[in-house]
Amino acid sequence: MGKASVIPFGPQHPVLPEPLHLDLVVEDETVVDCIPQIGFVHRGLEKLVETRDYNQFIYVAERICGICAMGHSLGYAETVESLMGVEVPKRAEYLRVIWHELSRVHSHLLWLGLAADAFGFESMFMHCWRLRERILDIFEKTTGGRVILSVVCVGGVVRDIDAQTLKEIVAVLDDIRGDYEKIVKTLLTDTSVKNRTVGVGSISREEAAALSMVGPFGRASGLPYDVRSFGRGAYGDLADFQPVTDDQGDCFARVKVRCLEVLQSFDIVKELAARIPEGDIAVKVKGNPADGAQASNVLEQPRGECYYYARGNGSKYLDRMRMRTPTSQNLAGMTVALKGCDLADVNMIILTIDPCISCTER
Amino acid sequence: MGYSSKSPWVIHYDGSSCNGCDIEVLATLCPGFDGERFGVINTGNPKHADIFLVTGSVNEQNIGVVKEIYDQMLEPKVVVACGICACSGGIFHDCYNVIGGVDKAIPVDVYAPGCAVRPEALIDAIVEGVAVLDQKAQAIKSGEKPRED
Repeated sequence: MGKASVIPFGPQHPVLPEPLHLDLVVEDETVVDCIPQIGFVHRGLEKLVETRDYNQFIYVAERICGICAMGHSLGYAETVESLMGVEVPKRAEYLRVIWHELSRVHSHLLWLGLAADAFGFESMFMHCWRLRERILDIFEKTTGGRVILSVVCVGGVVRDIDAQTLKEIVAVLDDIRGDYEKIVKTLLTDTSVKNRTVGVGSISREEAAALSMVGPFGRASGLPYDVRSFGRGAYGDLADFQPVTDDQGDCFARVKVRCLEVLQSFDIVKELAARIPEGDIAVKVKGNPADGAQASNVLEQPRGECYYYARGNGSKYLDRMRMRTPTSQNLAGMTVALKGCDLADVNMIILTIDPCISCTER
Repeated sequence: MGYSSKSPWVIHYDGSSCNGCDIEVLATLCPGFDGERFGVINTGNPKHADIFLVTGSVNEQNIGVVKEIYDQMLEPKVVVACGICACSGGIFHDCYNVIGGVDKAIPVDVYAPGCAVRPEALIDAIVEGVAVLDQKAQAIKSGEKPRED
């Protein structure tokens, strides 16, 4: 064994657009330890609930993270609704889930592209982002925004999607499905992809359970945990929902799980678009959260389970807003997966965890 | 048109942005908007870059990183503040851990507002940045000293 030395990774690194700093302790070419250092993106959003009322905070909540924007606004709105006992119209629930699943598609396509870029498959990166543009076009058409949608409000949604547009959305998804399946076929059968991913950064089922891994990361290690299967909101009306899992726990399994989840999201959007009920899209919310009222909520974001907690104090400002995001759960697993790996595999492992630093630090 | 403005290479750093602008910066260079057809290439190396695209505001932790990347870039260089957070702090301007826009750390040449900044605005900003780049290159050629920041 050689002498241990430290190689800094990030905060500015071509493989990851986000600032994550890791001190990699290496002996020869093997990583023996990894010390994450965070705080580059911390803004102190949770404190903003003291100066923004509960309706305004939804715009802050969706700017926790631009990739999971729809998920955060949805999670926050659901928390405040359960805090105030608001019943959301069925049509609004369906519309929320349709947008949320489309944003899962956009998030996973974005990630697949970055992952392909990480192992040097740059043309695949471009193809994934080309398909992602089609999803963003749907967002732009239905909400006006590309990444920050601002479409959820406390009590429902602010925009409706008419029947004709729903048909067009389904047609777009059918249209890109063929292209997407070709991408998946390449990613899952190409030898050069397998060489970089199979057996790299393995996390066993036991380790994943002990470290409370969530989302595609946990599911790739064989934990069938998906908040969507609780059947809340419009997810309860799906004919069948089974989390996509794999039991290998390596980088390849994580690529596979995310690839298949996109197809699952296509099916969910299609099914919900076919059976969306007519009706109102929002109810009027009156009053303020009661003093001492508490509510919590979980939501399956593209990266995994996200937990929300809110406490009211009788005024229009919330007393406390707290969230635990999927990446802060998964960072522990990432440091475990990095130990003992080759230095060349570091960026592959970091990417397959799909870290979202701005969610984590807020 | 100077030699560098024919194909300006960009470097991107995420200050404390929410990722919305970061993915739009990448989307600008990807199919759909295809900034690469203008010769705009994303590089990870500050020494290769002509234009510095900063997203998000600065805080105590990352202000040093932003300055370091800027210092490592060679003259002539242009800074584009991408998104309203990088311009002024935006929706987070009164957060306790936000100092303000990127201009609190380094001189900014072009401001591209928006939340998140739209790829069209970014392409506009880069084109505007190229003109500034040419001016600066011209100034260096004619013997003017680059400004001391």
